[in-house]
Amino acid sequence: MNELRPPGTLGAALLVARKDLAIEFRTRTAFLSALVFAVLALCIFYFAWDGSIVSPTELAPGVLWVVLAFSALLGLQRSFGIEEHDRGIDALLVSPVSRESIYVGKAIGNFVFLCAIQVVTMPALALFYNVRGGRPLLLVAGIVLLAVLGIVAVGTLFSAMAVNTRMAELLLPMLSLPFFVPVLMSGAQAATRVLQGRPVAEVAPLLKLLVAFDIVFLFACTVAFPYTLDE
Amino acid sequence: MDWSGNRGARQRNSMKRTGPRTEPNAYLWTMSSPPPAVEVSGASRSFGRRRAVDSVDLTVRSGDCVALFGPNGAGKTTLLRLIAGLIKPTKGTVRVGGHSLRDDAAMRARVGLISHQSMLYGALTARENVEFAAKLYGVPRPREAALRALERMQIAERAGAPVKSLSRGLQQRVSIARAVVHEPSVVLLDEPYTGLDTIGGGALTDMLMLLRSEGASLVLVTHNVDEGLAVASHAVVMIGGRIERRDDVADLDPRAYLADYRALASNADRSGRRPANPVSVSA
Amino acid sequence: MTSASLRHAVASEAAVSEPPRSVFGWLFPVAVLAVIGIYIRAIYFTPIEALQGAAQKIYYVHVPSAVGAYLAVGVTALASIIYLWLRDERADRLAEASAEVGLVFLTMVLITGPLWAHRIWGAWWAWWDLRLTLTLFLWFVVAGYLVMRGGLDEPAVRARYSAVLAVLAALLIPFIHMSVYFALPRMHPMPIVFKPSEPSLPGEMLTTFLLSMGAFALLCIALIQARYRLAVLRELAEHDEEGTR
Repeated sequence: MNELRPPGTLGAALLVARKDLAIEFRTRTAFLSALVFAVLALCIFYFAWDGSIVSPTELAPGVLWVVLAFSALLGLQRSFGIEEHDRGIDALLVSPVSRESIYVGKAIGNFVFLCAIQVVTMPALALFYNVRGGRPLLLVAGIVLLAVLGIVAVGTLFSAMAVNTRMAELLLPMLSLPFFVPVLMSGAQAATRVLQGRPVAEVAPLLKLLVAFDIVFLFACTVAFPYTLDE
Repeated sequence: MDWSGNRGARQRNSMKRTGPRTEPNAYLWTMSSPPPAVEVSGASRSFGRRRAVDSVDLTVRSGDCVALFGPNGAGKTTLLRLIAGLIKPTKGTVRVGGHSLRDDAAMRARVGLISHQSMLYGALTARENVEFAAKLYGVPRPREAALRALERMQIAERAGAPVKSLSRGLQQRVSIARAVVHEPSVVLLDEPYTGLDTIGGGALTDMLMLLRSEGASLVLVTHNVDEGLAVASHAVVMIGGRIERRDDVADLDPRAYLADYRALASNADRSGRRPANPVSVSA
Repeated sequence: MTSASLRHAVASEAAVSEPPRSVFGWLFPVAVLAVIGIYIRAIYFTPIEALQGAAQKIYYVHVPSAVGAYLAVGVTALASIIYLWLRDERADRLAEASAEVGLVFLTMVLITGPLWAHRIWGAWWAWWDLRLTLTLFLWFVVAGYLVMRGGLDEPAVRARYSAVLAVLAALLIPFIHMSVYFALPRMHPMPIVFKPSEPSLPGEMLTTFLLSMGAFALLCIALIQARYRLAVLRELAEHDEEGTR
């Protein structure tokens, strides 16, 4: 018999993440629909305001965060759907990988997915809304990264729960959005203040809050995940 | 020495043991009786008020192949899922190789599961699916192992096809390949012949014989008595969550057994036997 | 005491107790009388506040509702933790009952809030009112909790998922509190955590205020108890129905 060397926690998580991304890359439906939604939403928001009263540059930060939240939901929906379809999750549970690695792997996959969406959406935003480039934009990108981490932490867990209920598409947004609130609030305010050139002291507490949220909920959701599986 | 105490070819080649247990007195330990491959003691499982598995005792010694027969709703699938560690018993214990699979990852590496659903990812190819499983179990050279497993199930020529483009029967073959790519010593099968044609069924039977010759233990849930008796060493009938009879296949006359089994199953239907003791509500 | 032995003790005690005979116990009429009594006192026997006028009396509904809401939601959170520890279905039933009662009280806060804010500040919604904003988000969380329960049929899964959600929500509350505090633009002089008239109420108004908080707390407990008993009776009725089928 071969000597089996099952992967450790991180190795298993990366395996699961790679598998998820391979599936997504193969079908591309979720990615494209989330992308199209995001860019269309950018356009709609632009035309929903009177450009002569509110300058698009001022509007841009707010729009960024709204579009982030909703395109995130589109991406998160599919995360556990693929496991439910033919009970792929059973094969994962019967294998030597730990339950926590499954969650971490899914979260990593979702994180990469959302970042990929943002890589297109943010430049599109800058383009449509005439946002000037420069160092502040890089900082905003960093804030978005932190925010995506928090969104992915809770969104992945609720995706696992919602898939087992009767109304998954309704329940995922309903459960997730209240949990996104601290992330969106802090992120949006931090980004706005950075773009307005406010001093670090006004931005720092918001960033600390974001980081604290990320750490607390990544930990809490990893611990909570096994409870969402069959017992 | 692995816990099955079996001196199969692979066992002779390597004195190393997989998993973290490498006590110096391992040799001594297996000179006394090793734990059975599967041991179910007084296990019950309820879903709400319905008791699907009711105080079941079942021991599968290593190298045995137990065929689990029974009508629909008898609790066979639930029992298999209990053994696989996918669900916990509400009472009693379920152990594989002396350990509960829910807690012991090293033991899970020795187990393979084939169930009703394919557990495959439709968008990935057959090879990718089996290779993913191989990597999960830490099989060395996963790609080659995957192709070998697909070959054994006579589906190597479709290795590059996305699973969703395959027919149900071909998907089943891929699913079986996925389940055995890591050469498990305990294989749990739930209606594995479903959807398989003659070639596929033949490939599966060959695979099961090969696994048995290597010392693996099998638990085979099936409603097809003929197919079950062809591979099994023991036959168990489950009705209404309980085990109604156990036999050594060597002592059986297949036709007589089939008739007895049919009588048992239809009796159970007629008497409207329901799982006993509904669970009460506490106030 | 180990978790398993505690579970066993709880279970054997459960088997002995009898089902309730009716939904409303004696506590409910007492609580209702207390609330009616308070409002008679508030409307007729408590002085009208000089600055805010008669509208200030909404205060006697608004803050006690918040107290009742937080009490109910707190019970849900605690019951959920107990469920995860002991896996006793009674804890889950209690969590559900107090979540529903909590939603009612939260709605009361959200209705009376704008009514009062309009009188005091001229704006219908006061984002800088930390408590009001927190209550709004809490409303969504509790509503999500109840909707999720509605979408799960299997009792064990429902109880487990609800408990997980409740514990996560309890973790979320401080974060919402802090993000509202830090993120709101500083257009108002200071975030208002306590109502302006709270710390220094003259004697009679203070008494009415404290009594109304007590009455609402009583009402909250009575309603939770009633809702809990309703859940038990419902389950027994289902059980009997299944038995006779």
